[in-house]
Amino acid sequence: MVWEVFKKPTKWSIMRSLILKEIDELIFGSLGIIVFIAFFIGGVVTIQTALNLNNPFLPKSLIGFATRQSVILEFAPTFTSIIMAGKVGSYITSSIGTMRVTEQIDALEVMGVNSLNYLVLPKIIAMLMYPFAVAIAMYVGILGGWIAAVFGGYAPSGEFIKGLQMEFESFHVTYAFIKTLIFAFVIATVPSYHGFFMKGGALEVGKASTTSFVWTSVVIIILNYILTQLMLG
Amino acid sequence: MIEVENVHKSFGDSHILKGISTSFEQGKTNLIIGQSGSGKTVFLKCLLGLFQPEEGNIVYNGQNYSELKLDEQRNLRQEMGMVFQGSALFDSMTVEGNVKFPLEMFTKQSKSEMNDRVDFVLKRVNLSDAHEKYPSEISGGMQKRVAIARAIVMNPKYLFCDEPNSGLDPKTAILIDNLIQEITREYNITTVINTHDMNSVMEIGEKIIFLKNGFKEWEGTNKEIFKTDNEAVTNFVYSSELFKKVRQMYLEERN
Repeated sequence: MVWEVFKKPTKWSIMRSLILKEIDELIFGSLGIIVFIAFFIGGVVTIQTALNLNNPFLPKSLIGFATRQSVILEFAPTFTSIIMAGKVGSYITSSIGTMRVTEQIDALEVMGVNSLNYLVLPKIIAMLMYPFAVAIAMYVGILGGWIAAVFGGYAPSGEFIKGLQMEFESFHVTYAFIKTLIFAFVIATVPSYHGFFMKGGALEVGKASTTSFVWTSVVIIILNYILTQLMLG
Repeated sequence: MIEVENVHKSFGDSHILKGISTSFEQGKTNLIIGQSGSGKTVFLKCLLGLFQPEEGNIVYNGQNYSELKLDEQRNLRQEMGMVFQGSALFDSMTVEGNVKFPLEMFTKQSKSEMNDRVDFVLKRVNLSDAHEKYPSEISGGMQKRVAIARAIVMNPKYLFCDEPNSGLDPKTAILIDNLIQEITREYNITTVINTHDMNSVMEIGEKIIFLKNGFKEWEGTNKEIFKTDNEAVTNFVYSSELFKKVRQMYLEERN
């Protein structure tokens, strides 16, 4: 399937408008939920870290350090990707699946259009913007942590910020973005596969969406383990 | 002209098409009829290249489809127009967007040339005032006409229709039949229609192929179908009292 996606490309003028439409739908349309989840997850991570650091000899800056590490390494890239597998993945499967059951994909094929290229490539390219959404999630997650720490009385602002800057390794951000790019490809292709090759009617579209969410999540979690072992292990 | 030679198609253990050979002539409306499950849709999808037969050849004006490379097959498909049973219009596009789609994909026409062509074909199917409407906002008959407009906008050499009358009232069904026949003659297209509608058989069937259990049981014209003694054909076509009477009257008139 993946090879077919890149063969016989659609006219650039049409592809450009499809890519912009998908960026709007898949990325900008998801920013609200990404920001909402990142903010509160950042806050919760901070509170839980603070509550577990009750030894008076441990500096409060560790709360900021732990929040930064958790958000950048795991919560922003992986947790957000699981959310996106549900939101974006089910949208992709159901939209392509509906086109399959209503013979719109057959109509494209009969016209001589490479339907895989027309339907899937714009989604893959649009998902290249996904690391920007994850960068926002990182920023908002840490902001949520700072607000929870300062306004919840768990750590003073200066200590928290000191912890954020403590032993910062830029490679951890690179690692997070590499992971994110790979997850973006998974989020675009696995649901597309389930939608494109589905059989049946409206009920099966719903089933395909559920199956695609399960498989996308499974692939993300397994890849997360492999990539972490390869890049940080 | 489409020539079909000994086409076989199976799905797993079920052998759907069992060696069909026939030809579809240019400028004529060719009908495929038969009971549900007789293999009509599979046969039509083989003609369209959506299914690859395991055996046999389908030759379009001398080009053997199975011998073409994938890109050549796609180029050949640009010469085909298809009207699907459920119209298969793109939900996210307006009527104009649907009809303009093949032009945008495959031609280098300017916007004004495309608009002129879209206006022309929509006028041809009597839908001059539906440009900005979405498929969900128009009736089933109008959707079929938009599907016909989309199918002919590229001046196809071959037009395929899968049950173009299904779900339509009798008056609209006749309008669609007549429209397809007029377009076939006007543009000298090879038209193949998959139908259950006996009115279509009587009215526009210049060549009829009757499929039964994956075999070609009979072929002839809409005049010959009145005279045939083939039991399977008569049982299928003249199953209603009305058509039995029509046949009787036709034969009495001939005698």
